[in-house]
Amino acid sequence: MGYNAKFRVWRGMNEDGELHDFEVDVNEGEVVLDVIHRIQATQAQDLAVRWNCKAGKCGSCSAEINGRPRLMCMTRMNTFDESETVTVTPLRAFPVIRDLVTDVSFNYQKAREVPSFTPPPGLKPGEYRMQQIDVERSQEFRKCIECFLCQDTCHVIRDHEENKPVFAGPRFFIRIAELDMHPLDTLERKRSAQEEHGLGYCNITKCCTEVCPEGIHITDNAIIPMKERVVDTKYDPAFGLFRVLRARSKSKVVMNEQAERAWSLLRSVEDGDVEYATVADQVADAMQQAKAVASTGTVLARLEALDHVEAGRLDQAAEEARVSLSWHRSAQERSDAWVTLARVYDSQERATATVEAVENARRFWPDNPRLRQFAGEDHHP
Amino acid sequence: MTDLERHSYDVVVIGAGGAGLRAAIEARRQGKRTAIICKSLFGKAHTVMAEGGIAASMGNVNSKDSWQVHFRDTMRGGKFLNHWRMAELHAKEAPQRVWELETWGALFERTPDGRISQRNFGGHEYPRLAHVGDRTGLELIRTLQQKIVSLQQEDEQEFGDPEARLRVFAECTMTEILKDGERVAGAFGYWRESGRFVVFDAPAVVLATGGIGKSFKVTSNSWEYTGDGHALALKAGGSLVNMEFIQFHPTGMVWPPSVKGILVTESVRGDGGVLKNAGGQRFMFDYVPDVFRTKYANDEAEGDRWYTDPDNNRRPPELLPRDEVARAIISEVKAGRGSPHGGVFLDVASRLPAETIRKKLPSMYHQFKELAGVDITTEAMEVGPTCHYVMGGVEVEPDTGAAVGVPGLFAAGEVAGGMHGSNRLGGNSLSDLLVFGRRAGAGAAGYLDQLGSDRPGVGGSDIDRAADEAVAPFAGDGTENPYTIHTELQMTMNDMVGIIRRREEMEDALEQLAALKSRAAGVTVEGHRQFNPGWHLALDLENMLLVSECVARAALMREESRGGHTREDYPLMDAGWRQVNLICRAEGDQVSVDKQPLPIMPTELLELFDRDELDKYMNEDELTALPEGGA
Repeated sequence: MGYNAKFRVWRGMNEDGELHDFEVDVNEGEVVLDVIHRIQATQAQDLAVRWNCKAGKCGSCSAEINGRPRLMCMTRMNTFDESETVTVTPLRAFPVIRDLVTDVSFNYQKAREVPSFTPPPGLKPGEYRMQQIDVERSQEFRKCIECFLCQDTCHVIRDHEENKPVFAGPRFFIRIAELDMHPLDTLERKRSAQEEHGLGYCNITKCCTEVCPEGIHITDNAIIPMKERVVDTKYDPAFGLFRVLRARSKSKVVMNEQAERAWSLLRSVEDGDVEYATVADQVADAMQQAKAVASTGTVLARLEALDHVEAGRLDQAAEEARVSLSWHRSAQERSDAWVTLARVYDSQERATATVEAVENARRFWPDNPRLRQFAGEDHHP
Repeated sequence: MTDLERHSYDVVVIGAGGAGLRAAIEARRQGKRTAIICKSLFGKAHTVMAEGGIAASMGNVNSKDSWQVHFRDTMRGGKFLNHWRMAELHAKEAPQRVWELETWGALFERTPDGRISQRNFGGHEYPRLAHVGDRTGLELIRTLQQKIVSLQQEDEQEFGDPEARLRVFAECTMTEILKDGERVAGAFGYWRESGRFVVFDAPAVVLATGGIGKSFKVTSNSWEYTGDGHALALKAGGSLVNMEFIQFHPTGMVWPPSVKGILVTESVRGDGGVLKNAGGQRFMFDYVPDVFRTKYANDEAEGDRWYTDPDNNRRPPELLPRDEVARAIISEVKAGRGSPHGGVFLDVASRLPAETIRKKLPSMYHQFKELAGVDITTEAMEVGPTCHYVMGGVEVEPDTGAAVGVPGLFAAGEVAGGMHGSNRLGGNSLSDLLVFGRRAGAGAAGYLDQLGSDRPGVGGSDIDRAADEAVAPFAGDGTENPYTIHTELQMTMNDMVGIIRRREEMEDALEQLAALKSRAAGVTVEGHRQFNPGWHLALDLENMLLVSECVARAALMREESRGGHTREDYPLMDAGWRQVNLICRAEGDQVSVDKQPLPIMPTELLELFDRDELDKYMNEDELTALPEGGA
């Protein structure tokens, strides 16, 4: 079970450090942090390393393992070959204090630059009312354990010290997105993300999402939604380019056309004009073409939700409808998502939930033609 | 000492978990210049590990809940040894503290009508825990951290300096409380990063350093939990109460070895998970003690019905207070009915759909998947007890958090004693941090107002002495390695002053502790002062040894079993001992333990309990002294 592993660990101060070789015992079930601790206890008492919870919850033991930003406590030794040399180095985007410990004060500075949660004036403690579905969007970002691996891997600052003053980094983009999506926050966030926190520097390479140990969809759920909404009012060079590239390869027009085609087919099913089975192939074809050119899956969530309902896949329908709610800010799209949810609840014979969903749909768009199907069940005075 | 870094504040808060941050927010709001000292980076304190939730009788899920019911549950959980006033304040103020977090941006799970949702937990009569999945502690600490940032933003607007009235000193450790006569004058410590010393001149110091778990081998606690605040208080002339009571959380991971002790949240059971032995039997039904007999289900069918119909059924015994569950697990393992790696099985896979498990227990799913290669949606977890929490701590005035006997010293959170009696209920810790963190911050502010211009001053010779003691490990010529001594200390406490205790073993443990203490005096560390973990451990070790001795001495003296103190040689609860608190003090190197009467609960609180219930805890004299008809 146990074996002797080869480790190379960075030791020293900022400029004058070097990799030191260690041979050290490894036991079954251990993680890299265990091995670093064994080196500390037996070979290098003063080896500097940060850690706390040892369970992936505090985000202290961030480092680069074989060049990849990782939490040492969540990197199991059995992911390496026994003959492999494991190299552990400090986070590259931040100045080294000593050994594996870096100066991450940049992040605390940036945290102070994001205006805090600002609830509506006059709302008293205990009076806050929010729906679960509405808090879940922000809750995803509040899972962040501040390990700063996303900051470390972000190439805007990783090797570009000069960008640091104007760029908050992925960790704080999700902080801004969290506040932007907080049901009771009252400040404008999107424009300031662009103008004050350097959102425009991000060109959506998704490196941050890949290294996030909490699995937060930093790019898809925070950065892109903010960019999409900000791009209408202000030119974002990176996102502009991103859109141009997309347009050149297939053209966004295709997506809109095909999405519209699928939507009207599904609507005629919903209105009872045709059977789903007779148009299912055409819908699938249109959706496939739309997806092939969509920037992310989420822009088609409204469509997918309706497709799932018609096909009888209720759980997926609910899931996509909720994605749609969290993605779309236009009243009509949100209303549509609620109608779809109402259909799910109706199929599940959940009367109260159905009525609530219908009411929500009506609140966003009183004249939504899709609401007609619920006319008979409208208990609203 | 001419180049010594020196700061002057009104209030210095040592510790930056839930209690420390809440205390600092309060002191700053009352206009005091406040410093927060954290051993780790800001926002990493052990509070992030709290999973289940914050207990507060908001009554959002079951409107029958009230502060009186919460108070009653807390006293029962603590086996009536709690300081009644702390339990009362806690139950009354917890809801306000939770709602306040929402105004600072916290996002708890919601009820269908949009209020804060509440979940069931061991020992709580109604669904009471405000929560966010199983990462409630992270939500709490992040919210407080962000509130501090917002106060700093206000100060930046007003003074052009975000740190004008509230500053965080991260990766900084305090080694001594400095005094001027009887009164607190400040604190001495070092920066972990540079190893340089730093002195704070401050008339009020709030201890919020958490617990002592790192003195035990199998623990859910991180390296920070070395009893610093307990030791600082003792050395400053304060006293510790209830140190014999240590909570072993019934469900820690038992495999693989490197993660042994890491917590498996009680929410697993609150949401439907059950404990089984190797034979697949739900053994907890065999371990319901008499004092709880009427409150828990008799059979599996009733226990299962309780999850959906709590009004007409009693809860399953998996949700007994933690001490009961921990002892039951030990008994099963000792009887040879344990799991392959020496625990028992915690099964949620056969009880809930996979999707629900992933939604309600995301961190647990992740933790077992990543660390043990176990998919909890299809397999049972292996769990066993782990040292989790110390009920004992600094003896304080309940209303202000003022440490008894040391003017200017305050304590809140796990480092303070009394609130939880002999056993803490799950969910009562996060609420404790908020309620008493705020009270200690307010207490410190009130003390300063009283003080006026009559401020104590730090003596130069005290600073020199503190500095000499701190560098001593570098000057040693011995061969003792701090890591080795620490490991031996953990074994001693774990094996001989652990869950089940015996006189002979504890006497041996005290001898071993004395030997370790003299060896620790010869500890020699390598390298220099810059970010040197060996040196940090050498200094922490002194605190761990001092506090461990308090635990062992108090545990030896208390000849009964109650809550987090189980004596094999005195297996029963003794009504006589219920009237006694054990108080530890230190004179130089010498630890003393004295008996002190428990504060007497006023009649209006006693009346919240049935006479039948009090019969189980009180002796004849106490019962006859009760007002007729009342309780």
